[in-house]
Amino acid sequence: MPQLGKYAPEVLSAYAVCIAVLVVLVAASWWRARQSAARLERVEKETGRG
Amino acid sequence: MSIWEYANPKKFMGWTRPVLPWLWALAVACIVTALVWGFFFTPDDYKQGSTVKIIYIHVPSAMIAINAWFMMLITSLVWIVRRHHVSVLAAKAAAPVGAAMTVIALFTGAVWGEPMWGTWWAWDPRLTSFLVLFLFYLGYMALWAAIEDADTAADLTSVLCLVGSVFAVLSRYAAIFWNQGLHQGSSVFRAGRPDSVAEVFYLPLMLSIAGFILLFLALVLMRTRTEIRLRRASALEARMRSA
Repeated sequence: MPQLGKYAPEVLSAYAVCIAVLVVLVAASWWRARQSAARLERVEKETGRG
Repeated sequence: MSIWEYANPKKFMGWTRPVLPWLWALAVACIVTALVWGFFFTPDDYKQGSTVKIIYIHVPSAMIAINAWFMMLITSLVWIVRRHHVSVLAAKAAAPVGAAMTVIALFTGAVWGEPMWGTWWAWDPRLTSFLVLFLFYLGYMALWAAIEDADTAADLTSVLCLVGSVFAVLSRYAAIFWNQGLHQGSSVFRAGRPDSVAEVFYLPLMLSIAGFILLFLALVLMRTRTEIRLRRASALEARMRSA
């Protein structure tokens, strides 16, 4: 761990928020992609247009 | 073959499928390498101390926040002029990514600004135009969610995107337009000049910028594929109901 000195809270919180926002964004996008693929597959089966 | 054929939904789904895993892998590799390099293996700045490490996340996220809106502007114009559905769905897909990047840039800017400027926030031209850009992102997403008819939503959000571009331009160039305020001018792409970023910070910063660009592309392509699937599912459901 590098010596961040008196600015440790600022630097660590900046990295923590950045990583948290990116993880939530990627996870939400991935989850929505899976949901949409499942919905389309179901509808295509129902309509016979796969 | 015309470039517009790549915007055909079926072709778009076809060519993005093999490209996406490579984009994800490259994005993660670049970002992880850049952040580990910048956080653990670069020295403190003689004036800013360890807060200089925030540059590796603040600058790339701010660049993407502004340029995502320009990408949305171009794809919205393509929709208005040529009525390509994939282009407007790409704009819709990019908006949450741009908004998230704006949040990161605003937060990291505030926590960097407090020890350096003595304040979390100032109504500085660049900061203010950036906040307004964030509000435009929220408005753009709210408009998509509020209108049921997809083509009407596409038309109205495209117009909103044109209007919001003023603030994207202001966010990018405010430090040049107004020689006042706390935010400094650009110091990244000024190699060799005395006010440019030192090389020890420059290389991991460039890698981080490359990683954020790749991440943006990966997210937008994945989210556009999602929007295309949802649109097709809605069309098939509507056809089923009317049959």
